[in-house]
Amino acid sequence: MKLEPIVGRYAHIEGQRIYFEEAGQGIPLLCLHTAGSDGRQYRAVLNDAQVTKNYRVIAFDMPWHGKSSPPAGWQNQDYRLTTGMYTDLIMGFARALALERPVVMGCSIGGRIVLDLALKHARDLRALIGLQSGAFVERYYDPSWLDHPEVHGGRACGAVAYGLMSPLSPETERWETVWHYMQGGPGVFTGDLYFYQVEGDIRGRIGEIDTSVCPLYLLTGEYDYSASPRDTEAVTARVKGAKFTVMKGLGHFPMSENPEAFLRYLRPVLDQIRSS
Amino acid sequence: MIEALARLVNDDPAIVRWGRRMNETFMVEAGDTQYLLTVREGKIEKLEKGPFTQRSWAFAIRAKREAWEKFWQKTPAPGWHDLFALLRRGDVAFEGDQRVLMAYLQYVKLVLAAPRNA
Repeated sequence: MKLEPIVGRYAHIEGQRIYFEEAGQGIPLLCLHTAGSDGRQYRAVLNDAQVTKNYRVIAFDMPWHGKSSPPAGWQNQDYRLTTGMYTDLIMGFARALALERPVVMGCSIGGRIVLDLALKHARDLRALIGLQSGAFVERYYDPSWLDHPEVHGGRACGAVAYGLMSPLSPETERWETVWHYMQGGPGVFTGDLYFYQVEGDIRGRIGEIDTSVCPLYLLTGEYDYSASPRDTEAVTARVKGAKFTVMKGLGHFPMSENPEAFLRYLRPVLDQIRSS
Repeated sequence: MIEALARLVNDDPAIVRWGRRMNETFMVEAGDTQYLLTVREGKIEKLEKGPFTQRSWAFAIRAKREAWEKFWQKTPAPGWHDLFALLRRGDVAFEGDQRVLMAYLQYVKLVLAAPRNA
């Protein structure tokens, strides 16, 4: 039998029961999962001894996702993520766990919110890492079908996630990433996409990001068509000092679709953050 | 390429299982050429080549021939590797009953990508 070093716990924060997993010690590295998925996406980072030697890696499940239940009364309302809710959740979680100037790394919706954090919370954070970051994504399909009684939401969400990955990523990891999507609750993926494709448009403000206060690293998989390398390039064109790398052969879920390849891009970034 | 679809799908139980509740006809268009695929419990029972004069289908997926050729490369380039990638770039159109398409989306994606393994 092999026991992984990851430990999972529940934190009660402002009336919500938040599940999180952590491993390692040192600089706090808070990891944000993608829309409609959960913290399991970061399992390989949590299990990487080279990372956890110097970093306390923490991945929480947002409310409605993974093992974090929706708030009481969920049956009476639609879930719709907004910039304000998302920012409060991240900063509230960091405060509750007394994380001192954490590094925050987020993918997709998480890659978007790190740009917001760079604008509003730069002084509280040691560095930001955006995976598949873009300032906005126009809707190019109708997400209402992902939350429809006549379409199996898990199957539909899984099929959408499937396509966003690279055909070069290993089959086992790709299909596990799909499985996480298939386990999402009804309307949760679409609720996150409200932030991603409607409310969370920050194209007008990213020029104000000051990377001298908080360094910003951007890593984008070349096979992603939701937040494509071109979308991230558009961010770097306006954010002075942002460091951008295209991840060859990776797609929209680098940390879970091809963990080994992703870690080869992540470790040098974490080394740079540590030494600066 | 499309002509080989029925054999490629029907010989692959891993694809057939994703569509085993599907009993529908859908259209695939490559440039000016139309095809109707009739699916019976995940197998492609009939693959007919147009032109058609008066036929019904649940949904249609239309793209230029060159787009399908890029889509069917053994290792497609970024942006050409998925139906929704083509959708984002405006190189495919989904018409008809979107409910049926979205209900069987994973199967449809696997079916249309099958020529990559030919």
